[in-house]
Amino acid sequence: MPTVYFTDTEGTTREITGNTGDSVMETAVRNGVPGIVAECGGSLSCATCHVFVREDELPELPPMEDMEDEMLYGTAVDREDNSRLSCQLKLCDGQDIHVTTPETQV
Amino acid sequence: MSTGTADAETKTNDGAAAAGKAPARTGLLIIGASQSGVQLAVSLRAVGFDEHITLLGDEDHRPYQRPALSKEFLQGAVESESLIFRSNAYWDEHNITLVKGEYITRIDKNDDGSGTAHAASGAEFGFKRLALTVGARARKLDLPGAELDGVVYLRNADDALALKAQLDSVREAVVVGGGFIGLEAASSLHKMGKSVTVLEYGPRLIGRAVGEDTSDYFLQAHRGRGIDIRLDARMKRLTAAEGGSRVAGVELGDGTVIPAQLVLVGIGVVPNTELAEQLGLEVDNGIVVDSHALASDGTTVAVGDVANMPNPLPGSPEGERIRLESVNNAIEHAKVAAYSLMGRREDYAGIPWFWSNQADLKLQIAGLTLGYDQTVVRRDEERGKFSVLYYRNGRIIAVDCVNAPLDFMSVKNALAKGQNIPADAAADPAVILKTIITDG
Repeated sequence: MPTVYFTDTEGTTREITGNTGDSVMETAVRNGVPGIVAECGGSLSCATCHVFVREDELPELPPMEDMEDEMLYGTAVDREDNSRLSCQLKLCDGQDIHVTTPETQV
Repeated sequence: MSTGTADAETKTNDGAAAAGKAPARTGLLIIGASQSGVQLAVSLRAVGFDEHITLLGDEDHRPYQRPALSKEFLQGAVESESLIFRSNAYWDEHNITLVKGEYITRIDKNDDGSGTAHAASGAEFGFKRLALTVGARARKLDLPGAELDGVVYLRNADDALALKAQLDSVREAVVVGGGFIGLEAASSLHKMGKSVTVLEYGPRLIGRAVGEDTSDYFLQAHRGRGIDIRLDARMKRLTAAEGGSRVAGVELGDGTVIPAQLVLVGIGVVPNTELAEQLGLEVDNGIVVDSHALASDGTTVAVGDVANMPNPLPGSPEGERIRLESVNNAIEHAKVAAYSLMGRREDYAGIPWFWSNQADLKLQIAGLTLGYDQTVVRRDEERGKFSVLYYRNGRIIAVDCVNAPLDFMSVKNALAKGQNIPADAAADPAVILKTIITDG
């Protein structure tokens, strides 16, 4: 089972066991993790599931498509080199992923 | 999580629901396990509401997201489980009781806001405060033959499941209504290999939500993909094969018949105001609420699709009212209502936004076009991007974007900050809008 570690801006980390094939966003929302809004439910329309991914885990992630890249320019907290929209990060079996949520999504 | 009525009732009423005994009037009862109902419950817990919450819905499903029903879910790209809003554990941990499959027919309410809701099953649900997140229902087609098998609507999960179950036997489909739902469903059906005709009563597509340039863009795009779109269409009746009960075609005003084994109707919604009317609340195209989501009794909150509210867009004319049918509104309106139930008065203000995915067309809308007097069209044919910016008195008020998220985010953020994007500079599609935003 994949595991997602969500750390908020205050440094508190929540460890959530996810399902293979679900996205990081879905894992957060279904378990009520604060810091992920995801208004559009994962259809890449709202940019309110912004996360910062631990640098060493970036290469393991699916590559970023143009649409995600453009949406990231409109996030509430400015993007960084390790920014992703968590709706685009599908979990693989056994994967561990560490993300930090921004101070606000809207 | 409880599924049985008796179990739910016992939980709701703190064990007071012994036969014949009135349920205790405690906690908050949210009628409508919808996007707004779920958000209200979640937001209340986030702001420290510590009383029991009952979230009651009339469907047999756990609360789920509707937008995918006409798109990914219909196409089989996502499973029903992935549409569920929250895990069962979430509701349990937050002291929120989910009640499924109960249809409330009558509510008794006292002046202090407490009361009892009566379900068609005979179950009763006591409450100290009441929230109506009852949404809207699909407007029915009023034509001879509308009752035939194969004439379907697409509002909830059961509609989508019923539609999916009959798709194998469908070769030709007619979609009635060229709005969001109609065009999303038409795109999905076309993608699944069906021959699709869209009948739109009005002179253009998505007429209620976008301007003429955007309507025209979608018309050309869908026709270019092979969807037959008829504007100003008039229908006479739906026909069945001789002696059959299943729809076989749609007869138009001029007598021609379009063969169809499926007729999908997407002609708008009607707000579910019956309970509010029975309660004596003010109703006018929805439940009339103030800027704090409070209904005319001053205690009941009404949220989301069903609420007729002061226009939340900053700078709107005093007294202008609107009813918004969107996920964004369900969420943001629910947050305001949560504060109201906590005794805190926040005015609902924000930039409404909408999206619609139709085949490879991603439409994003920010703001409201009400009262626009100028448009700027940005067309980048090489990259397949298209945006229309709307202005009133020289100030940007809204944008429609197709496959142009950068434009969408730029305008949405500018509107949220009360900034402007000068029309003359915006006309060049090579200009990045974000770089020409001006204050005031």
